[in-house]
Amino acid sequence: MALLTVDSLQVSFTTRNGTHQAVKGVSFSVEPRKLTAIIGESGSGKSVSCYAMLGLIPTPPGRIDGGTALFDGRDLLSLSEGELRAIRGRDIAMIFQDPMTCLNPFMTIGEQLIEPLLVHQKLPKKQATERAIALLDEVGIRAPETTFNAYPHEFSGGMRQRVMIAMALINEPRLLIADEPTTALDVTIQAQILKLIAELQKKRDIGVLFISHDLAVVADIADHIVVMEQGEVVEQGAPSDLFSAAKHPYTQKLLDAIPTGQRVSTLTDPKPLIEVQQLRTWFYPNAKAAPVKAVDDVSLTIHRGEILGLVGESGSGKSTLGRALLRLAPITDGQVSFDGTRVTDLEGNGLKEFRRRMQMIFQDPFASLNPRMTVYDTLAEPLLLHGICAKSELDRVIARLMDDVGLAHSFIRKYPHEFSGGQRQRIAIGRALATKPEFIVADEPVSALDVTIQAQILDLLMDLGSEYGLTMLFISHDMAVIRHIADRIVVMYNGRLVEQGSTDQVFNAPKEAYTQSLLASIPGAALQ
Amino acid sequence: MSQTTGSAANLLDQAEQGSSLWQDAWRRLRKNKLAVAGGAILILLMIVALLTPWLAPYNYETQDLDLGATPPSAQHWLGTDIFGRDLLTQIMYGGRVSLAVGFIATAVALLIGVTWGAVAGYVGGKVDAVMMRLVDILYALPFMIFIVLLMVVFGRNVLLLFLAIGAVEWLTMARIMRSQVQSLRQQEFVEAAISLGLGPAAILRRHVVPNALGPIIVYTTLTIPSVMLLEAFLSFLGLGIQPPQTSWGLLISYGAETMEEYPWLLIFPGLALTITLFSLNFLGDGLRDALDVRGSKD
Amino acid sequence: MLRFITGRLLQAVPVIFIVITATFFLVRAAPGGPFDDEKVVLPEVKKALEAQYKLDLPLHEQYLAYLSDLSHGDLGPSFKYPGRSVNEILFSGLPVTAELGLYALLIALIIGTTAGVFASLKPNTAQDYIPMSLAMVGICMPSFLLGPLLVLVFGIYLEWLPISGWGAIPGDKILPSITLGAAYAAYVARLSRAGMLEILSQDYIRTARAKGLSEWQVVIKHALRGGLIPVIAFLGPAFAGLLAGSFVVETIFQIPGLGRFYVQAAFNRDYTMILGTTVFLSTLIVLFNLVSDITAAWLNPRLRAQFSGGER
Repeated sequence: MALLTVDSLQVSFTTRNGTHQAVKGVSFSVEPRKLTAIIGESGSGKSVSCYAMLGLIPTPPGRIDGGTALFDGRDLLSLSEGELRAIRGRDIAMIFQDPMTCLNPFMTIGEQLIEPLLVHQKLPKKQATERAIALLDEVGIRAPETTFNAYPHEFSGGMRQRVMIAMALINEPRLLIADEPTTALDVTIQAQILKLIAELQKKRDIGVLFISHDLAVVADIADHIVVMEQGEVVEQGAPSDLFSAAKHPYTQKLLDAIPTGQRVSTLTDPKPLIEVQQLRTWFYPNAKAAPVKAVDDVSLTIHRGEILGLVGESGSGKSTLGRALLRLAPITDGQVSFDGTRVTDLEGNGLKEFRRRMQMIFQDPFASLNPRMTVYDTLAEPLLLHGICAKSELDRVIARLMDDVGLAHSFIRKYPHEFSGGQRQRIAIGRALATKPEFIVADEPVSALDVTIQAQILDLLMDLGSEYGLTMLFISHDMAVIRHIADRIVVMYNGRLVEQGSTDQVFNAPKEAYTQSLLASIPGAALQ
Repeated sequence: MSQTTGSAANLLDQAEQGSSLWQDAWRRLRKNKLAVAGGAILILLMIVALLTPWLAPYNYETQDLDLGATPPSAQHWLGTDIFGRDLLTQIMYGGRVSLAVGFIATAVALLIGVTWGAVAGYVGGKVDAVMMRLVDILYALPFMIFIVLLMVVFGRNVLLLFLAIGAVEWLTMARIMRSQVQSLRQQEFVEAAISLGLGPAAILRRHVVPNALGPIIVYTTLTIPSVMLLEAFLSFLGLGIQPPQTSWGLLISYGAETMEEYPWLLIFPGLALTITLFSLNFLGDGLRDALDVRGSKD
Repeated sequence: MLRFITGRLLQAVPVIFIVITATFFLVRAAPGGPFDDEKVVLPEVKKALEAQYKLDLPLHEQYLAYLSDLSHGDLGPSFKYPGRSVNEILFSGLPVTAELGLYALLIALIIGTTAGVFASLKPNTAQDYIPMSLAMVGICMPSFLLGPLLVLVFGIYLEWLPISGWGAIPGDKILPSITLGAAYAAYVARLSRAGMLEILSQDYIRTARAKGLSEWQVVIKHALRGGLIPVIAFLGPAFAGLLAGSFVVETIFQIPGLGRFYVQAAFNRDYTMILGTTVFLSTLIVLFNLVSDITAAWLNPRLRAQFSGGER
């Protein structure tokens, strides 16, 4: 018998702008000892469904309009708040997306960890503490006794997620709901956490409901996959069936959006455009402390016309390197030359002319556009600043740019907040292309986007790259994306370049141990 | 050629009209009835204050000692004070002074604070450290007591009052502006502007200031009532506005002395001050919600 | 943490020094000497008086002499009350003002936080609107208006409570304490509501609910700690405001406290008294600011770790 059976669940939100059906009659079930994954993009209603069952959406504005959710023979949706509370944290536990914000910064790890025990089992504190320490050990935290008395800010994201998992498991729940538990983590950490969840599930006999936007992540661990789109379940089944013979076009679209394949470099006669020698960017947080070596002794060459992929995890210094090349981050030491000119020496008008030739595309399309400027103003600014075109030509040039990045002309007087993430990224790309640059630094340009949008933007970048004859430094943490787009790859770790080579070399014959562990962490082996 | 210019001209005409953040905020503000009422009352008060010499029913200085204090009547809507002067006239003239202090001292604070904060935030580094350390030290000074001292020492001078109050209030303004500029500087769209080759002046004007305006507007609206309170407080103690000029604080102070016999002399000036403070605070709160400004101070 | 405290203390020293110096020279720069308005003072007598109060010395010597006295805790003699020192007058007023301030602060904290927290639990409902509307009234009804109105209603019309004095008749402490505390209760209510709303929207509150904690436990154990930090940080400025407010309240209710002495000294041009009181009150305010800053920082584990320096 299924552990949890959801039938025709309907949830709506009523705001000033009217009522929005977030979940429109969703049905699925979770078997004991199995991992069921719900896949969907933002706005698909995947998280809302799960939160609504446990009474964790604010009502109002939220409202459960119908359906049942049978757990243990009882309908969660018809339970009182008190009855539901007795189930939450005891029979059904949850872990969330962002471990940085999900632990209370004002309480020690231990206080938070034993809370479910004190609340549900009324255990004496001493006994609870012993259980908690044992569990911390089990989820792979070193020195659990000291950890117990520490505060969350003393730990990295991966460690905090382990704490969250321990906290969820402390009452031996029968169902664990994991809402994008690895999305905020680095790939290598993600692989560890996924492994941990899978192990604990086997060992402790629990059913898991795993919510994710990423098919690749669940491909290896799911027993059953539910695909949601706009509040409805469009398809569900065993992973193997789904991957080999997707019935619904949306599932197919999701599968197609997974970056696959390996770019084969078509560059025949490589000439260097950018040469970096022993570049250092050190930050001095205060006079006494040791400097933070964000970029340390990096030397590399970028050839005209190539896409160089720069891979690294958070804190590796990859973004700082990209910004230093554009003179957006300070350079402590070393040389950057662009087309034979020493960029490091430029000032005033020389620097301005150089800026015209190099542009940047940023990660967060919500932060990279001035919220008080229309698309027209945003695109016109670089054109007018550098005198790219005459005033009389301005409208025509802007129209052309919008065509290039795939934006309808009718959007021209709209403001950034009126667009979706993908559309905003198109505007930002248009702005970068306006000066007809030769070189572009793209800093994680697709990682804030939904998977299907991600695929579109990647295609756009590759098309525009060849159309405009661009040289590109493409920075990403996502190995699959890099493999898809880059001619050549450099790997960064702790401020240093640890490996570089053609995409083929790096993926098929990595030399360094760190590169190997990165490659081993790529999720979605089952998909290949 | 003519065809391309034709389609280019169409580009803007055919485009859907976007709605800027200011327009959105204005729409939200208009839905907030209390804020709208506050704004309307405020505009009315300002018109009355400007036109007081023409609108006032009686001469400000005319005394009628035989009449003395009378309760509200058809001739004197709000009654008269112990010298037989019309209270409505007194309140209108007092309001001119109270509002003027509120607006002018706030303007002083705005000017100094915004400039100081913008420079400190944008230049950064050591300049910022020195400038903000100075603000910190001044912040720790017990200014309320200092203003009292100033008024005691240099006499009750209105100009000095403007300066003294403005000198206190600019500190918070500078802190807000600085934190705004600092956080905006780190925004990717400012980085994008730098990478486009825009100079610092253009970046401040086009990208930083328009985005820092919201919190400044909100805080300005909320500074005016606190300045008016400070003026009234000092005048009540006899350390602010001096006769023959008057202000609401002074009228309240007179009213408090004689409230047992002539309660209207306390109640009406008090009402005038309270309604004005209400209007400003409701407008300020409404603006805060409409412009989506979070937090207040640092 | 110790480094943070010493750092802040070191920062407070120059502030207090600036206060002393600025006040001293401001007072000395005042037009007209202290004995000018006394009508029949013979030139010889005036001279003797000035010598007695060291007013015949050059300004810098007066300043140094004052600093030296101050370092012994001596604020000098009062100009207007011959034979009484500023210290004596201050210490006779201090207990009264301290008691008044304490009651006002308690009213502000108890009523303010309770109202603010309750309002934050059900935002945009009656439970929110009613206390917040009252808070708005509190903010827009300054003490110098509220005081007389309370006197009028409860003292004169209803005759429930005495309208002046301090500790002489039972119940005479009620109206002054409420008058002084009301506005701060309103500020505290608004601050704690905003602080709580901010915290209640955090992800870790959802975590606490997912653990099966009751709404009450969520609020008490998880939200209050962070939500009330702004209130603690506000205590410093509130203390300064309460002292200034005591000027008005003590005048209205004729209470023999520091505030009333200060206002009287201001009118009497009793310069040593003004100087002494300013220095004393300013030092108190600076120290109280320090305490509230340190407490607010202490409550935040992240800051606490930073201040203790070095250790992770």
